[in-house]
Amino acid sequence: MEEFSHDVLVLGTGIAGLRAAVEVKRRFGDKVDVALFSKLHIMRSHSVCAEGGTAAVLYPEEGDSFELHAWDTVKGADFLADQDAVFKFVQLMPKEIYLLEHWGMPWSRRPDGRIAQRPFGGHSYPRATFAADKTGFFEMQTLYDKLQQYDNWERYDEWFITSIIVEDGEFRGITVIDITNGDMYLVRGKAAIIALGGGGRVFGFSTYSLTVTGDAIGLAYRAGLPVEDMEFIQFHPTGLIPSGILISEAARGEGGYLRNKNGERFMKKYAPERMELAPRDVVSRAMMTEIIEGRGFKGPNGLDYLHLDLTHLGEEHINERLPFIRNLAMKFAGVDPVEEPIPVRPVAHYTMGGIRVDLDGRVLDVDDKPIRGLWAAGEAAAVSVHGANRLGTNSTAECLAWGGVTGYQAGQYALNKKDLPPKPAEKAEMEEKRIFDSLLKRESGSITAYEIRRELGATMDKYVYVFREEEGLKKALSKILELKEKFKDISPSDKHRAYNQELVHILETQFLLDVAEIAASGALRRTESRGAHYRWDYPKRDDENWLKHTVAFLGPDGHPQFTYRPVIITAWKPVERKY
Amino acid sequence: MSKGEVKNITFRIKRYDPEKGKTWWQEYKVPVRRGMTLVDVYLYIKENLDPSLAVRYSCRMGICGSCGVVINGKPSLACETQILELGTDVVTVEPLPNYPVVRDLVVDFTGFFEKHRMVKPYLIRRDVEEQENPTREYRMLPEEYDYMVQFSYCIKCGLCYAACPVPAIDSKFLGPQALAQAFRYMIDVRDEGLKERVLVVDSEHGCWRCHFADACSAVCPKGIDPAQGIQLLRRMLISMRLSGVKEKKGSPVMPPMPPETKPKPGVKAPPPRTVKPEEAMKRIVKE
Repeated sequence: MEEFSHDVLVLGTGIAGLRAAVEVKRRFGDKVDVALFSKLHIMRSHSVCAEGGTAAVLYPEEGDSFELHAWDTVKGADFLADQDAVFKFVQLMPKEIYLLEHWGMPWSRRPDGRIAQRPFGGHSYPRATFAADKTGFFEMQTLYDKLQQYDNWERYDEWFITSIIVEDGEFRGITVIDITNGDMYLVRGKAAIIALGGGGRVFGFSTYSLTVTGDAIGLAYRAGLPVEDMEFIQFHPTGLIPSGILISEAARGEGGYLRNKNGERFMKKYAPERMELAPRDVVSRAMMTEIIEGRGFKGPNGLDYLHLDLTHLGEEHINERLPFIRNLAMKFAGVDPVEEPIPVRPVAHYTMGGIRVDLDGRVLDVDDKPIRGLWAAGEAAAVSVHGANRLGTNSTAECLAWGGVTGYQAGQYALNKKDLPPKPAEKAEMEEKRIFDSLLKRESGSITAYEIRRELGATMDKYVYVFREEEGLKKALSKILELKEKFKDISPSDKHRAYNQELVHILETQFLLDVAEIAASGALRRTESRGAHYRWDYPKRDDENWLKHTVAFLGPDGHPQFTYRPVIITAWKPVERKY
Repeated sequence: MSKGEVKNITFRIKRYDPEKGKTWWQEYKVPVRRGMTLVDVYLYIKENLDPSLAVRYSCRMGICGSCGVVINGKPSLACETQILELGTDVVTVEPLPNYPVVRDLVVDFTGFFEKHRMVKPYLIRRDVEEQENPTREYRMLPEEYDYMVQFSYCIKCGLCYAACPVPAIDSKFLGPQALAQAFRYMIDVRDEGLKERVLVVDSEHGCWRCHFADACSAVCPKGIDPAQGIQLLRRMLISMRLSGVKEKKGSPVMPPMPPETKPKPGVKAPPPRTVKPEEAMKRIVKE
């Protein structure tokens, strides 16, 4: 296998990855060379789909504060967030907003030319900084464009990472396939940042891009690294029927109502104070309660739904603040929100958990010892800012904050490190054999990756959704294990080297199965209800037994093993959570 | 929403096998329901008929720019194309022209991305210290924002470059995407990089090469009007020549908020801390 090397490898090029790469370049210039790896073109990552905004305290003069942003985040997280991380986060954010602005970001403006903000769920101050309803798209554009200013960085568009190699507590390299021609390489580096996003395509009904397949979690887990709190999956209240396309929370931030089939604004029963702008876990549970109790509309393929009503906002306001939402509803549901309500239902949207890291985003091993030369950032990591439930606009924010932090840290580390770590020759060869000798040369199996994905998605949608209970979670797990078994004799019928997408889809499916198993097992173990994890059979939060992070790692039997870690509490003890 | 009727549509897809150097047309019969887009059709083909078909897609909501192809003769995004709205029983799908083909419907964007880079698509300022260590935002009034932002929706899908007649005769032509993005930054009130970008766009392969066929604007899925951008860019260059103006001062950093600023009504204070500083938990990391 051929090999090459760079100082810093950025794995994944969403907002976190691009922000990290820009940080290395602007801080260390030509002294540190950077390589960006994406299985897509590097500007096409799922971050482009983020719509509503990015949280930051910009106007303390008008009543916002770090303390308030921190409190909102901690309460939103149902007290599972690490509070030291939350304070670091809120303090990093204003600078990130201004940096992007200074690099070209078209943040929407107030009449006097300052940056505008709007309300968002669970935030006590309107601190969602936005660019119409394409915030993530514009952040990606700004970071990608900014990167063009620098030299001495290399892009690897459409390269698929098959393994991350860690030996003796140190990052050693990655094995990666150039999808275009099918060649596999060992890429060595002094440092790497894992920024490969979440795992939302384990669900069938999902806002995620079709390519978000849990690569970060799967790769880290298979490298023996622990992942945290994977049972906490956010269901966004307003997924468009039937595609699951995201209808931004900004629609409610701008004044939209949720109504059941009797036309009632039912949120008054569930969150009388915050109404539609309660945190997402609260709104999603309220919606599913309405649907289960028969106050929803009959939808296709069991996708019963409710109405998101924007008609009272007026055409002009919708066109100015929510043009993309209007466009999406018209194109993908045949509904013009100016005229009629949008059909929506809770949809898998965000992975609160991720690779276990410290405050600087350094990846930790099972004993909480940092892996030398390895960082993780964005949705791939669990710092943990979001705990059991993330507030809207805190995810793009986290990507920027820890993209910057890890970029600086990894750049500094690479600058100080003279030599590459030892070559992981044996592991790289094993990986080459796994893919090219066993997987690709095998006779086609009894099942395809596409069938496995469909069954997996349906299982997760049914049993690991907004409401969970023991029996369903056990059914989900047994199905996942059955699919894992079937996966063992899978093989692509396409034997080409060049642009073999089926091979890529098979490798992704393996990640999906891992993510699903970890999430369902973690959910089964956690016998309480907290944030986005709600158990019908254990409907109360149980701080005595469960105020702790779930940590899962690959056991010798090929299945996850579990341990738990304390939540870092520095400012507020848990209290009852009401909205 | 889905009415459940199924229509059988034949998809004629132009394929290319780089290992054999072979090009051919392949037909797939797909049962299409209302609401199905070409990306849904790809997924159906891969799962049920032929996993070897090489295609690009990701977000399936018209924002990532991956899935540009030529559908019934028109460069389009696969994910935004509702099959039944095409109104034909046979749908032809081809890779985008003006790009080298990698395999089947997948084309090589390397040159396209390089052209985008050439126009320096980022804010250029003289106050580099402020730019990298910001105090506050640069001023931008809503009307200044609106004028610029209409050219900034580019998702780099490459449809405009595929539709443009010029690359066929001048492969070095910067093309509508890069030129419109140059214009986007040149009209940004915060930008001071006029001089640097003029060097790139005011050239043999720059904006004067455009034939004004307007094909780019006709296919842009984001409603950008690159042809108009190029026209306005030419006008800008001409007026710069006539006036001798070569530089533009960027907008200033906003001053601090006025002292009379009051807190917004109804914002609640955070609750007092319930953990004393000396009781705060420390994170244990074993170095």
